[in-house]
Amino acid sequence: MKLTLAQLRCGQRGIIKDFSTEDVPLKLLEMGCLPGNEVEVLQTAPFMDPMYLNMNGSHLAIRKETALHIEIELID
Amino acid sequence: MSKQINVALIGNPNTGKTSVFNQLTGLNQKVGNYPGITVEKKEGICKLPRGLKAHIIDLPGTYSLNASSLDENVVIELLLNKNDKDYPDVAVVVSDVENLKRNLLLFTQVKDLGIPTILVVNMADRMERKGISLDIERLEEKLRTKIALVSARKNTGIDELKEFIINYKHLSTEPCVNASVIDPEYFEGLRSAYPNQSLYKLWLVITQDVNFGNLNRNELAKTSGFQTKPESDLKRLQQKETILRYQFINGVLKESMSVDARAAKDLRSRLDRVLTHKVWGYVIFFAILLLIFQAIYNWSSYPMDMIDEAFAQLSEWAKNTLPEGAFTNLIAEGVIPGLGGIVIFIPQIAFLFLFISILEESGYMSRVVFLMDRVMRRFGLSGKSVVPLVSGTACAIPAVMATRNIENWKERLITILVVPFTTCSARLPVYLIIIALVIPDRSFWGFNLQGLTLMLLYLIGFGTAIASAWILNKILKIRSKSYFVIEMPNYKLPMLKNVGINVVEKTKSFVFGAGKIILAISIVLWVLASYGPGEKFNNAEEIVSANYSEENPVSKADLDEEIASYKLRNSYIGIMGKGIEPVVAPLGYDWKIGIAIISSFAAREVFVGTLATIYSVGSDEEETIKNRMAAETNPILGGPLFTFASGISLLLFYAFAMQCMSTLAIVKRETNTWKWPLFQLVGMSAFAYLVALAAFQLLK
Repeated sequence: MKLTLAQLRCGQRGIIKDFSTEDVPLKLLEMGCLPGNEVEVLQTAPFMDPMYLNMNGSHLAIRKETALHIEIELID
Repeated sequence: MSKQINVALIGNPNTGKTSVFNQLTGLNQKVGNYPGITVEKKEGICKLPRGLKAHIIDLPGTYSLNASSLDENVVIELLLNKNDKDYPDVAVVVSDVENLKRNLLLFTQVKDLGIPTILVVNMADRMERKGISLDIERLEEKLRTKIALVSARKNTGIDELKEFIINYKHLSTEPCVNASVIDPEYFEGLRSAYPNQSLYKLWLVITQDVNFGNLNRNELAKTSGFQTKPESDLKRLQQKETILRYQFINGVLKESMSVDARAAKDLRSRLDRVLTHKVWGYVIFFAILLLIFQAIYNWSSYPMDMIDEAFAQLSEWAKNTLPEGAFTNLIAEGVIPGLGGIVIFIPQIAFLFLFISILEESGYMSRVVFLMDRVMRRFGLSGKSVVPLVSGTACAIPAVMATRNIENWKERLITILVVPFTTCSARLPVYLIIIALVIPDRSFWGFNLQGLTLMLLYLIGFGTAIASAWILNKILKIRSKSYFVIEMPNYKLPMLKNVGINVVEKTKSFVFGAGKIILAISIVLWVLASYGPGEKFNNAEEIVSANYSEENPVSKADLDEEIASYKLRNSYIGIMGKGIEPVVAPLGYDWKIGIAIISSFAAREVFVGTLATIYSVGSDEEETIKNRMAAETNPILGGPLFTFASGISLLLFYAFAMQCMSTLAIVKRETNTWKWPLFQLVGMSAFAYLVALAAFQLLK
């Protein structure tokens, strides 16, 4: 099974690999969520949802349901 | 006279665009609406060196030219319509130095439209602290533009920006990115179909669903026979375009920007550790709310008492100074008390806007959205519904408009439907005066009882909003796909100037907007209360005096009082009021309150003004509104009219009833149908009546 952004814990980082859905919201891309970019989980609200991220220098929050569609590769 | 230079300020949200606007224009600005829609239009005049002037328009914040909301449509419609009178001679893209990469996306799009574009790198004062260094010359060369390093906070770089604006004709209009490489064949087709148009403009017209004046998407499809692509293919191309632009930007920044990551560990992460904490985050949020409501209640009571007193004196003065007659009575008994009823709430409303504005400016509001999203979703709302619900405490109208950034239609509709339950500032006048009458001014565990009651009313407002959202979520069958993205901006110390301008603007529009209605209604009410049909009204003196004789004497003052109240009962308004009394009596109200409630359907804050007008007709003494109300007696039950039971009943009625025509109008506009506003009007008002009825019957 592929690792998705939703599985990362606070403080973990990864590289965005791909999207598992056809319609990734354009807005997310515009905010810097592009394959090859680095993403770090800064904070999560209770139940890990939503997630507060540093996406390639942009600070934003997305819901878990969206994070599930973002495949990543873990950086140690 | 030389021609003004048209300047459009464009930028991502949270880049300090409005601060730059304020610095350029000072107080020389005006806020209005775009024709036909409710997007706020801010424009101002900026004095440039050498006697030149610029007309500056502050466009709504947007992340890109791919519009996804009404506010963003405004930006792209202006930039694509050369015939618009505001079409910019020069565009100024404001960026935040810490988010330069993302901000440049919008910059490249604007520049590719062929408009001379200046880049402002704002918050330059933070560069050192964040370990950022920029090679401006390099960057200017790569982006083919002029760059102004600005700190709106420290007021630096603004003069340089003005120079660039004056010299806009020397700016290069060459594009940054050649968008046609994402699908050369398709773009070639476009070019040959419309050889006279800019290719990138055509592309935007095709992908956006907005109005462009003479260049229209449907026209495009019809006239040329050019075969465009299905929606999903276009979307994929838009994604490719975004990636392409980022590649260009990354290339540019690699050569001209460096960030020392060690310096960047900062205030933000330390603050976020507490403010978005799983426990402390919530504790702090509720503590802030508590503080705000206590402050509004306690701090503003002093200026309010003064205003109340001043208006009572003014009314007295008018009566004694102006020549006697109907006109003087209208001024002293109709207009002045009516206006007093609105002016008195300026302190509170100003405080409320002050706090909301500080929360927004500081960046804290986004943290609240983050904290509350999960909880709100359970009730069919979004974390972004928190902003409308909180700003609904100022006014439901901007709150309904603030729902526009909720991506999911169902979540947005539910938010719009429940927002009017939150305690808006128009309810405050009613609450405050009733609380002052029926709740004792005592301390309970260090909290003022009256303040606690007010806080409770706010909580009831929120609670009802949330509960009805939950019910609506179960009832409404709307399927809508959506996502949720919110930017978490940097924490900023709110700028005094921005907050100040905001508070003044909002308070002004509240006072003048409501003031007009109140003035009109108080005049109508005064006429209705001062004249009456038939014998009973005209011969009031004789009829009342006939009850008394030598054996049954009465003082002159008492007699006058009785005549006045007899007249009022038989005036037009008295007759109308008596007609509705059976409906409101079970709630513990008399006919005067009934009239005040009816007139409040225009706007709630009319309530106090109405009572003030009705009570002051015929009364000679200088009295504050509050004292007059306290002296009223209940016609059926006897005793004071405003008791604990009738007071609570009235408070609850105002908490739930939908009494605001402007809100109904805005809901119609935002939902595009009369169905939802009517649903609110009937549903909320019926609910209010039943709750108020139950409260009075149980408590009396």
